[in-house]
Amino acid sequence: MSGVGVQVDKERCVGAGMCALTAPDVFTQDDDGLSEVLPGRESTTGTHPLVGEAVRACPVGAVALSSD
Amino acid sequence: MTESTTDPARQDLDPHALATAPAPATSFPQDRGCPYHPPAGYAPLRRERPLSRVTLFDGRTVWAVTGHALARRLLADPRLSSDRGHPDFPIPAQRFANAQRRRVALLGVDDPEHNTQRRMLIPAFSVKRIGALRPRIQETVDRLLDAMERQGPPAELVSAFALPVPSMVICALLGVPYADHAFFEERSQRLLRGPGAGDVDRARGELEEYLGALIDRKRSEPGDGLLDELIHRDHPDGPVDREQLVAFAVILLIAGHETTANMISLGTFTLLRHPEQLAALRAGGTTTAVVVEELLRFLSIADGLQRLAIEDLEVDGATIRKGEGVVFSTSLINRDTEVFPGADTLDWDRSARHHLAFGFGIHQCLGQNLARAELEIAMRTLFERLPGLRLAVPAQEILHKPGDTIQGLLELPVAW
Repeated sequence: MSGVGVQVDKERCVGAGMCALTAPDVFTQDDDGLSEVLPGRESTTGTHPLVGEAVRACPVGAVALSSD
Repeated sequence: MTESTTDPARQDLDPHALATAPAPATSFPQDRGCPYHPPAGYAPLRRERPLSRVTLFDGRTVWAVTGHALARRLLADPRLSSDRGHPDFPIPAQRFANAQRRRVALLGVDDPEHNTQRRMLIPAFSVKRIGALRPRIQETVDRLLDAMERQGPPAELVSAFALPVPSMVICALLGVPYADHAFFEERSQRLLRGPGAGDVDRARGELEEYLGALIDRKRSEPGDGLLDELIHRDHPDGPVDREQLVAFAVILLIAGHETTANMISLGTFTLLRHPEQLAALRAGGTTTAVVVEELLRFLSIADGLQRLAIEDLEVDGATIRKGEGVVFSTSLINRDTEVFPGADTLDWDRSARHHLAFGFGIHQCLGQNLARAELEIAMRTLFERLPGLRLAVPAQEILHKPGDTIQGLLELPVAW
């Protein structure tokens, strides 16, 4: 894991779009339909009201918050 | 955990041995009494939550998952397979007995094959691409309501609105001519509801033949749908083969119209039967997006997802053994009071966000954001344009679909 913040594992992503739907100011989807963190939002932490919800909403555990 | 789950006789996979096992388990699936509540006969399963033993139509005993946390864990577990080609894969009714000989794209295969298939399709269903479709969905909804208002009241809402909205939209998305809708809607219904195994097989065969011919035609006359994109795609893995294209077309066409049509008809009926909640929506006390999410939870129309254990799993002190079937009752999972307090009440003020109406894990519905967009636009516009919308017959006379298929209404006579 690389530092504090939120990450999307594109290998795991199945394109359900739950993160982009739940926290659209933090997540988006690329042209392949895979989720990614919006530029500049990589250091978003669990204090964001909807990022924890997005982590829980991901059906495949591809969205993770790291705190160390 | 109940006594029945530890009964060693129930571990036996031979259906003839199971027929003689003591203490009959609850049968699954059952028909709903009220079309928007889980069957009353599932009461034992509610008491035993999160895991029970249930009996399928053929006497086979399988596990039934009914708890929300357990469902999230197990639907994400690769030891539970979705391979519908496996001879031990559990089926909900006799009419699907032969269907296992055919390949079912996406929802019928495991990774890595599933992942390869899904990645070809997800760009077309991204939040952005679906957002761009919204004006077209709105136009479709407006046109259908114009026609309904010209001809009525009364109207039969399933055939006049609930079915044509998603049917027209999925045709546009895939590049299938809507002019053929009577043909593929009839085959889709027969494929899902039979009545016999022969009906299911013939319907699938006719759909495959029709979509195969359409795909062949598109090679020389390209259109602008998802099927055209897949036929002509410029990808390092090369083009998608014909068999795969037909399998995609079948599943996307069926899943794209049957499910949403049922949500529109059953959602409308549910709102009309909940005047207080409907009044709150009309008064602007909530948003259509909130209403749609709560209706998805409350109605759980895809009630009974199937899996097959391909390894032993330890679950809350029980062992699901390799070769055993597992069914997920989404209607009970989405009424788990630990996650949704007062779960049997339709409540706009709860957070329905984490319902599993679209499943969970790698197979979670590919088209869920399309479904949300269609439902939001269809429900909002319907109730805005027809503020006097009401049932045209007593609620008890409205017929709904049997428990072994996607839940919804057969007909919904309305006036306004």
